[in-house]
Amino acid sequence: MEQEKLNRLKQTAAQIRLDILEEVHAASSGHPGGSLSIADIITYLYFEEMNVDPANPKMDGRDRFVLSKGHTAPALYAALAEKGFFSRDELKKLRQVDSFLQGHPDMKGTPGVDMSTGSLGLGFSAACGMALAAKIDGKDYRTYTIVGDGESEEGQIWEAAMFASHYKLDNLCVIFDWNGLQIDGPVAEVMNPTPHDSKLEAFGFHVISIDGHDFDAIEAAFAEAKTVKGKPTAIIAKTVKGKGVSFMENQVGWHGSAPNDEQYAQAVAEIKATM
Amino acid sequence: MADKIATREAYGNALAELGDKYDFVVLDADLAAATKTGVFKKKFPERFFDCGIAEGNMMSVAAGLAAAGKVVFASSFAMFAAGRAYEQVRNCIGYPHLNVKVGATHAGITVGEDGATHQCLEDFALMRAIPGMTVINPADAVEARAAVEAAINFVGPVYMRFGRYAVPVINDKENYKFEIGKGVNMVDGKDVTFVATGMLVSMAMDAAKVLANEGISARVINIATIKPIDKDIILDAARSTGAIVAAEEHSIIGGLGSAVSEVVCEGCPVPVVRLGIEDKFGHSGKVPPLLEMYGLTVENLVAKAKAAIALKK
Repeated sequence: MEQEKLNRLKQTAAQIRLDILEEVHAASSGHPGGSLSIADIITYLYFEEMNVDPANPKMDGRDRFVLSKGHTAPALYAALAEKGFFSRDELKKLRQVDSFLQGHPDMKGTPGVDMSTGSLGLGFSAACGMALAAKIDGKDYRTYTIVGDGESEEGQIWEAAMFASHYKLDNLCVIFDWNGLQIDGPVAEVMNPTPHDSKLEAFGFHVISIDGHDFDAIEAAFAEAKTVKGKPTAIIAKTVKGKGVSFMENQVGWHGSAPNDEQYAQAVAEIKATM
Repeated sequence: MADKIATREAYGNALAELGDKYDFVVLDADLAAATKTGVFKKKFPERFFDCGIAEGNMMSVAAGLAAAGKVVFASSFAMFAAGRAYEQVRNCIGYPHLNVKVGATHAGITVGEDGATHQCLEDFALMRAIPGMTVINPADAVEARAAVEAAINFVGPVYMRFGRYAVPVINDKENYKFEIGKGVNMVDGKDVTFVATGMLVSMAMDAAKVLANEGISARVINIATIKPIDKDIILDAARSTGAIVAAEEHSIIGGLGSAVSEVVCEGCPVPVVRLGIEDKFGHSGKVPPLLEMYGLTVENLVAKAKAAIALKK
């Protein structure tokens, strides 16, 4: 892609990473690791790929997004705030009683959230329902969902994969955030769900494997997905948990803990140095 | 002798009939022949989607369809709709208050021969504990058809329970009006009240006749909407008859008996005796001996009524 576009996406992704850190630091709670790993993908989705309108969050015919790995809501909220769905000031109130930013996404309370998620394994199926609705109604909007690698240990992920393929949901694109870590340790050691590519191919998906931090690759994958007819597309995005913050990268301990003031300052400095 | 029709038959027929009038889609999980959604499928194949034997996925798919604006019926046996898929119903449908109607058939002990694994006796307890969930249990085919239309016109999640076993038609098809949340006085009385739901309503009406022969005047109330429950009709019965028997084809824990007890305790404390499945699993068998085995009989209703009256101060 053009350098100017790439620079813009990188700047936006860096700002989203700063927002994620601000959110979980202010909340002293939340999930920074998996939020940072999807920051680039979610940046591309909201700032290039999806047809959404912050002034009209329920716009008919908008593209849909379901964050199946709902615990990484800080990344979604950051993208929605940066896109203008609500004030950035709200981000400081993540997980507080006076905020509509719940610990996990709440479609009833938060502008721009298309599906309530968080209990793992459910969002992919809901995305299938949205994609099916588009088919029934003859509408051309697309549905995107991000599933965690650890989340794919849930059986319902594979029920959803079966469904998506059976109903030929070529308007559905599922992104597997392959950061390799879950709460109890490396995904490969806790309960290895691999190989995803051949499993998803066997389920009838068009599978694209990419580096989930490479905007050129992300763009190419989404473009390719749109050309696929008669089957859903799965993008397996190899990512780094905690991406962008040196002491968080590939550290399982940062799955669900917030930085203290000193750590926050260092993390912010590292991200700002890239901007 | 009244006609006998299973409420699941009325459910399937209602979907097929109302499919002309309303725009909704129907999901099932490989049980369309049994839940009777197959009747709808035959007439509207383009609006029917089989999800295969994957009930959890079906409920979440239903939520996604509803989030995209569809009115959705999602059907399976009560065991799998309320039991297997409980969390999907709670988190995907209940929490976002989506417009999904869960059509749960084969509820209760009257599943019969399939036995305990398929006899869901806990669905009222599970479903009424979900905030904002409306829970409906029609007493007969007329009410089942009317309840389906009411559910279509109601915006929000509804759990609807239907039975496999043919039960007497007690409502008049021509004049019947169903209103969500309203109980119906079926028989007036002053000594005791049967607050019944589902097939127990017609049995309570029979029990009231037996009691009348013994000089006891029993009121019978049909509670088709388990939640939100009609507090007014229950409290009026508590005040004017002073004793209540809550009767249901469900565990005595968490269902209608519990709901009635909650209302009565808080509003007008009088004796409430529960008749239902006594904290047991089900069993295989033909329905009539099963009903005897578990005490869902006119004789037991009569005995419970006398017990409730004896508890009056």
